[in-house]
Amino acid sequence: MIERLQELEAEGLAAVRASENKKSLEQVRVQFLGKKGAITEVLRGMGQLSKEERPTVGQKANEVRESIQTAIAEKTRVFEEEELEQRLEKEEIDVTLPGRPVQQGSTHPLTAVVEEIEDIFIGLGFSITEGPEVELDYFNFEMINLPPNHPARDMQDSFYISEDTLLRTQTSPVQARTLQKHQGKGPVRIICPGKVYRRDEDDATHSHQFMQIEGLYVDQNVRMSDLKGIFDTFVKQYFGEDREIRLRPSFFPFTEPSAEIDVTCGICAGEGCRICKFSGWIEVLGSGMVHPRVLELNGFDPEVYSGFAFGMGVERFAMLKYGIDDIRHFYTNDTRFLSQFQHL
Amino acid sequence: MLVSYQWLADYIDLSDVTPEEVAEYLTRGGVEVDRLHRYHNGIEGVVVGEVLETSPHPEAEKLTVCQVDVGENTNQIICGANNVTKGQKVVVALPGTILPGEKNITETTIRGETSAGMICALDELGFSERMLAKSEQDKIVELPNDTVPGSDALEILGLNDVIMELDLTPNRPDCLNMLGVAYELSALLDRPIHLPENEHGVIRKNAADHITVEVTNGEDVPYYGAKVIDEVTVAPSPLWLQTRLMAAGIRPINNIVDITNYVLLEYGQPLHAFDYDRFGSDQIVTRRAKQNETIRTLDGQERTLFEQDVLITNGEEPVAMAGVMGGAFSEVQSNTRTVLLETAQFDALRVRQTSKEHGLRSEASQRFEKGLDFERIPEAAERAATLMEQITGGVVLKGTVESGELPAFEQEVYLNLGRLNVRLGTELGVYEVETILIRLGLEVTDIGEEWRVRIPSRRMDITIEEDLIEEVARLYGYDHIPTTLPTGARSAGALTDEQKRRRKIRRYLESTGMQEAITYSLTSAQKADEFLINDHDQGIRVLMPMSEEREVLRRSLIPHLLDATLHNLNRQLANVALFEVGTVFFPTADENKQPEERLHIGGTLSGQWYHYAWNGEEVPVDFYVVKGIVEGMLQQAGKEQKAKFRARKRDGMHPGRTADVIMDGEVVGFLGQLHPAIQEERGLAPTFVFELNAATVFTVNNEELRYQPLPRFPSIRRDMAVVADANIAAAEIESVISEAAGKWLEDIHLFDVYEGENIEEGKKSLAYSLLFLNRERTLKDEEIANIHEDIVAALKTRLGATLRH
Repeated sequence: MIERLQELEAEGLAAVRASENKKSLEQVRVQFLGKKGAITEVLRGMGQLSKEERPTVGQKANEVRESIQTAIAEKTRVFEEEELEQRLEKEEIDVTLPGRPVQQGSTHPLTAVVEEIEDIFIGLGFSITEGPEVELDYFNFEMINLPPNHPARDMQDSFYISEDTLLRTQTSPVQARTLQKHQGKGPVRIICPGKVYRRDEDDATHSHQFMQIEGLYVDQNVRMSDLKGIFDTFVKQYFGEDREIRLRPSFFPFTEPSAEIDVTCGICAGEGCRICKFSGWIEVLGSGMVHPRVLELNGFDPEVYSGFAFGMGVERFAMLKYGIDDIRHFYTNDTRFLSQFQHL
Repeated sequence: MLVSYQWLADYIDLSDVTPEEVAEYLTRGGVEVDRLHRYHNGIEGVVVGEVLETSPHPEAEKLTVCQVDVGENTNQIICGANNVTKGQKVVVALPGTILPGEKNITETTIRGETSAGMICALDELGFSERMLAKSEQDKIVELPNDTVPGSDALEILGLNDVIMELDLTPNRPDCLNMLGVAYELSALLDRPIHLPENEHGVIRKNAADHITVEVTNGEDVPYYGAKVIDEVTVAPSPLWLQTRLMAAGIRPINNIVDITNYVLLEYGQPLHAFDYDRFGSDQIVTRRAKQNETIRTLDGQERTLFEQDVLITNGEEPVAMAGVMGGAFSEVQSNTRTVLLETAQFDALRVRQTSKEHGLRSEASQRFEKGLDFERIPEAAERAATLMEQITGGVVLKGTVESGELPAFEQEVYLNLGRLNVRLGTELGVYEVETILIRLGLEVTDIGEEWRVRIPSRRMDITIEEDLIEEVARLYGYDHIPTTLPTGARSAGALTDEQKRRRKIRRYLESTGMQEAITYSLTSAQKADEFLINDHDQGIRVLMPMSEEREVLRRSLIPHLLDATLHNLNRQLANVALFEVGTVFFPTADENKQPEERLHIGGTLSGQWYHYAWNGEEVPVDFYVVKGIVEGMLQQAGKEQKAKFRARKRDGMHPGRTADVIMDGEVVGFLGQLHPAIQEERGLAPTFVFELNAATVFTVNNEELRYQPLPRFPSIRRDMAVVADANIAAAEIESVISEAAGKWLEDIHLFDVYEGENIEEGKKSLAYSLLFLNRERTLKDEEIANIHEDIVAALKTRLGATLRH
């Protein structure tokens, strides 16, 4: 019987090898291992064997059964793998087709500039302070050393809505308001962003509405060298580590001494090009030491306190930073323009 | 202010300083040179020629054949000007020269006669024709007799000059004249300044015997001086004078007028020359204008005066509007023999007002407005008299007839070294500072650690110590000031809660796919009345609007967002989703008070909300897209529980697709579709809008966020489909279910709305999924079954609704 079992094993394994699919493999299983299969058949004849022979034959029969079972299992796995492969092949897609779009909006470039500048100054210990867009003449002009009939009021023709109120021409009134709120006690460190309005005809470089960021630092013993230090830090953070600043004497009614701050041109790295009118420098903001009269008008003792103030045009910063050539783009809201600032 | 480099060199040695360097010094010193002009740049090969022979062109009667000595050669040149004569010194452009306007000069033949070069007129050398004196139009230039043939004609004419255009700040009117710029440059370069020497002869006749001056309005005319120059010959000015005026942008007229303009540019003092014989009297009387009084001014215009205008009169008739423009009948003319020269100080405000109200801004009025240097008022007249003697052959009568007194400008300012160093962050020494003050031409007295500084009248802008600190700083060089950081106490900067919330709302709206827009605050009267959240009487008008489109402050963000939507639509950009966070303005009772400013959040959406091109998936914008955005925003602000939506009919909005947003019983915003009629009228596609008062969304809850422990017991989900009358609002059904469900209802959401087959006509089916949770223990099935029954009962009794089977 042992021989018969050995024969069956060889036949069974050969049949497993020869089977071509799951179905024929199942036939092999039934043929050899099924209830009426060949091995069961052999085992039925065990009764005729002697007591001593039975365990040996039984063991052999089990070995053969396991051997064939293992072969079938392996073959089944091969078939399943093949099947899976075939199925996955059918599931292939064109990975180069566009993906399902995720909606993405965009930040307005002016907002982006304001927020970036706010964040830099927050890092330098400044707070963000805001004020009304329709201002009292008192705060917009008088409190920053521009009394009625001051010739500098000519520089900024304004939209009045009554004798005493107007659309603010600068965010400086927020400085006056903040100083008065501090009641003569420093330090005051603020950034005032916001919309301002002047009677300019809209064209590529002028807008009757635009945005400004002004800042004020008042404390004891604030020096002009501190103004340079703060702006050196700011400019390097905003425009890049390789940028330098220079100060040029200028005039503002609310500061003395006053200075324009230039930054090395980013296009030519200071070599001179059309953008910087071949000077290597680009004017970015106005600044100066707070005029003692302004301190006094707003309740600070100029003998004890000093400070610096500065102002910058947000549109100008955006135009410089992104190379925008027409200020009207900011207010037209063409989606092709807005979409370009998606990654900000 | 246009400043000639060559003219500046009259006062300061600039032999080793180029125009570019001068511009750089001035700019770095605070007198900004905006640009350099070389009007005659690139012209070469223009020389002096002497006309040796002239003969008529045989073939053309208007042309002259000239033999011209041009230095090494004698060229035959054909000339078309009628003033060419033998013996003249002229300007010749030799063959090979390129004149302005790409005009190439070559040797040619004109009607059979060769012509080797061109005899030039001023406009051919780069001057614009409208700047030329009448005497120079259509004429070749006639050079002085002492010029040498073959020498550089541009140099003789001063056309190789460089003109610097100054962009002056309002505190530096002292640089509105050549001497002022020279003083500035002298300080910057640390070089001496050479002032003009004004010495003229005088004849024995007294000016006072010929004219009297009476000022009736001393406040308007603090000082008036008159000089008389006799025996003048009015003629075109010498070329050097004409070219200097033209370079400064002033058109030459005749030698008398040109001299007053020249002195204006040089000293900054406006002068006026009257024809003494046409003056109409021998008295000058100044006064304010009378009502409806008129004057015919130099430009030939008849002007009706205002009562606040200051006049110069001959006792009866006005002869000039003080400081602004002279009158016609007393104008200097070609046969004028005697000149009455005015040098005066007029009140700056009066001049400003008159020039503004009559729309007459001149070189003179500008300078009066900005304030004069008192010390130069008499000196300028002496300068003009000197030039008139030299140029017009005039004789100067003795004395100046004056009225009023020149203010004695005695400004003294103290400067403390310690304060200067603290303010600038420098460590300057006594010597350094004192040297700088002296370079500036200031009189300095050392009184230990401090200086008393006497300010000359040309620098009236220096009034306080800080002004002197700036003077020292700019001459020392802003570049040399150290770079430090403030030493005071540090503190952390931060955004306020509202600023944080605003940023969060912006980020949220961007995350939905909307794009941020910024639009103008000023709008038209019509747009200011549209799309208001709540009714208001009227918007706020500006007093002098620039246009109808910008006359009222906006009260809603939607109108301009719609404009932007249309702008995009008109450019084939159909899918638009814009939002704006901006201020709107409402009047308060007192018009002199500031209006109420509210921050609004507005949005407009049009076209496809979602569009997946290659598989055709499309979601057009509809009411629920917009509502989803608004709900998300309320959720961001933690207000989703408080806000209610209620259908509402509004002007301009679709009557069936518009809802108010209500919080605490107040309408705080709305959303919906534009009225189809409005869409069509404005050329818009279906467009959806929303607007919310941000203050209600931004109000900060002071409750701190607390973590809620995750449930330890299982929750149970039950679905139910409710059949109700179609006109019952979903919100109502939901609120009935929620109330009846009680405290264990953790969440409810609608997952299906159905009308149609299998549902009775006029009814709808809404399917809800309910989630129950007890945080203390596991809920039993029978508890849920009881709740279910309660809900069914409530739906039945309160809404007449049933369950769908």
